[in-house]
Amino acid sequence: MTFIPLLAMVRKDLQLFFSDRRSVIVSFVVPIAIASFFGSIFSGPSNSSEPARIAVAVVDQDASLISKAILAGSQVDKNLKVTTPTEDEARSLVKTGKTAVAVIIPKGFGEAAGSAFFGDGEKPALGFLYDPSRNVELAMVRGILTQHVMEAVSKEMFGGDQGRQMVEKTLPQIQSSTSMPANQKRLLIEMLGSVQKFYNQPAGGAAAATERRGITMPYTVHEEAMTAGSNIAYNGYAHSFAGMAIQFLLFAMANIGVEMLLERQRGLWSRLRSAPVSKLTLLSGKAASGALISLMILLVSFGFAMVVFKVRIHGSVLGFLGISIACAVMAATFGLLVAALGNSPATARGVTTLAVLMMVMLGGAWVPTFIFPAWLQQFTLVVPVRWAVDGLDAMTWRGIGLSGAIMPVLVLIGFAAAFWTIAATRFRWEET
Amino acid sequence: MLTIQHLRKSFGPLVAVDDVSFRVERGTLVGLLGPNGAGKTTTVSMIAGLVTPEKGEVMVDGARLSGDTDPKKRRIGLVPQDLALYDELTVRANLRFFGALYSLSGAALDKAIAGALELVGLADRVNDRVSTYSGGMKRRLNLAAGLLHDPDILLLDEPTVGVDPQSRNAIFDNLETLKRRGKALLYTTHYMEEVERLADRIVVMDHGKVIAEDTLDGLQSRVAGVGGGKATLESVFLTLTGRSLRD
Repeated sequence: MTFIPLLAMVRKDLQLFFSDRRSVIVSFVVPIAIASFFGSIFSGPSNSSEPARIAVAVVDQDASLISKAILAGSQVDKNLKVTTPTEDEARSLVKTGKTAVAVIIPKGFGEAAGSAFFGDGEKPALGFLYDPSRNVELAMVRGILTQHVMEAVSKEMFGGDQGRQMVEKTLPQIQSSTSMPANQKRLLIEMLGSVQKFYNQPAGGAAAATERRGITMPYTVHEEAMTAGSNIAYNGYAHSFAGMAIQFLLFAMANIGVEMLLERQRGLWSRLRSAPVSKLTLLSGKAASGALISLMILLVSFGFAMVVFKVRIHGSVLGFLGISIACAVMAATFGLLVAALGNSPATARGVTTLAVLMMVMLGGAWVPTFIFPAWLQQFTLVVPVRWAVDGLDAMTWRGIGLSGAIMPVLVLIGFAAAFWTIAATRFRWEET
Repeated sequence: MLTIQHLRKSFGPLVAVDDVSFRVERGTLVGLLGPNGAGKTTTVSMIAGLVTPEKGEVMVDGARLSGDTDPKKRRIGLVPQDLALYDELTVRANLRFFGALYSLSGAALDKAIAGALELVGLADRVNDRVSTYSGGMKRRLNLAAGLLHDPDILLLDEPTVGVDPQSRNAIFDNLETLKRRGKALLYTTHYMEEVERLADRIVVMDHGKVIAEDTLDGLQSRVAGVGGGKATLESVFLTLTGRSLRD
């Protein structure tokens, strides 16, 4: 293999790439723009910003002490943004997507919930109107509301007028009951009698301190994000820039494959093949220029992310470079594969666009793979993008050392070798 | 200088070239004529190394040409039928690339570029993008690209397709200059008047075979002309290949 033709091929391909302003914009500017957008979505709340609140409409048709307490608790909840429209208005808000969930507290809810609290009444239904496209928010609202309902009902039942009336009404009924087993009757009378004494004790002291407190969550949560270190916050831009850079370098390489088909159509390949240059040199030249362009796309994207969004390589710099180079080589050989298997530029462009989109989607470049079903997560291990994205994540925000780069590098080089072999054996060398 | 011996190539059931043999001597131009599908381009492709023959040999000064990297390929230049140029690049960038394929570099490459452009009259537009060139200028540049490494043998596959008379005439002048320099030229075309003007010998192919090989006079003597005069090359060609349409 002689180096003058090889270097000439690389230089020519770089000149061609940079002479096409559209290619340069698509390859460098577009991934940065899209990654910035995705990064801002998936980064989560920063220290200086509040989390997005879930819009909830609460329709209080009961207007009892309990329902008012539920409403008040919801209004001060930091996760909810509560409005209080009428039922018709609430339905309209949910239907038009302006509110994720509407909660309807029906008339009689407070009284029924109080009765049900001690287990002897029918449980009342809390109405939920929800936007079916926002199931996740429905689940969150359901959980948050459970806490506020339990707190409001228990507070009222253990310290409020409704609880006092309930005990005064229930105690004589139990005492006069003839159907209840004697043992159970005695225990209930003792319990409600104690509750009545609790109600009737004079204000002040320890009783006053606990007055009007309902059931609260019996625990708090200590959350620790497992990032590169205890003081290092998760930076969603690291993932989004990895995903988008890989997507667009694959597009760029697919385009180089299509350009090779166009070169054949334009007779340029005849000129190349008539020169005393080996097939290995021709393919290597294409692969080398493709790998260089891919590497530039990746490094420019990450450079931007580092400067603007403070993405850092918390793992191994060597590992990061290794994965970047392996990814670039894999993408370049993917371009050769396109040139080898494509029948015409037009069909190759369509098929490869689909192939690249599938690879980046399954590889977790758009959304993390953990949201996929288990079988799909296993399946995506055969997608090179998955290894590239996971490897770059490991070297950036996860802060895993060089050991975390070895497997991704080996797998990506394995894919590159497979693509190269197929391309070299299937390439149409004969020019007719 | 260039000897073709018993070349054969088929694509599936179609035999494109069958037992084709001829020679091109130093300082001469051989016109390769034939209707569409006669096998001219496949023959040129085998000589240039683009297609591997099933049988037969291509010899340069008696030595068999073999393999992609055979140094003897440096002695052959190809001017393909298509405008095999990168429109997006400048003329200089194109020629630097094509020259480097023959391991030319540095001052030698610059000299080769200057010489080739001088020959085809494009030396003053070397920094322009190819896309700004007219069709005729691109044809001349296509010729220059095939000459960069100063080949002894030049294969020209319909090099004047779609050019104006001025550019065509300029290309003819270039080819005559190359002949005087001792180059061996193999020229395929459909234009009879080009062969009449340029060719020292003419090879006529049809259905993949050589059906006639002679000088212009020799071919004309095979067919009686109108009114007892010399037959035109076109009438000779039609007599040899028939008048049925070839698509």
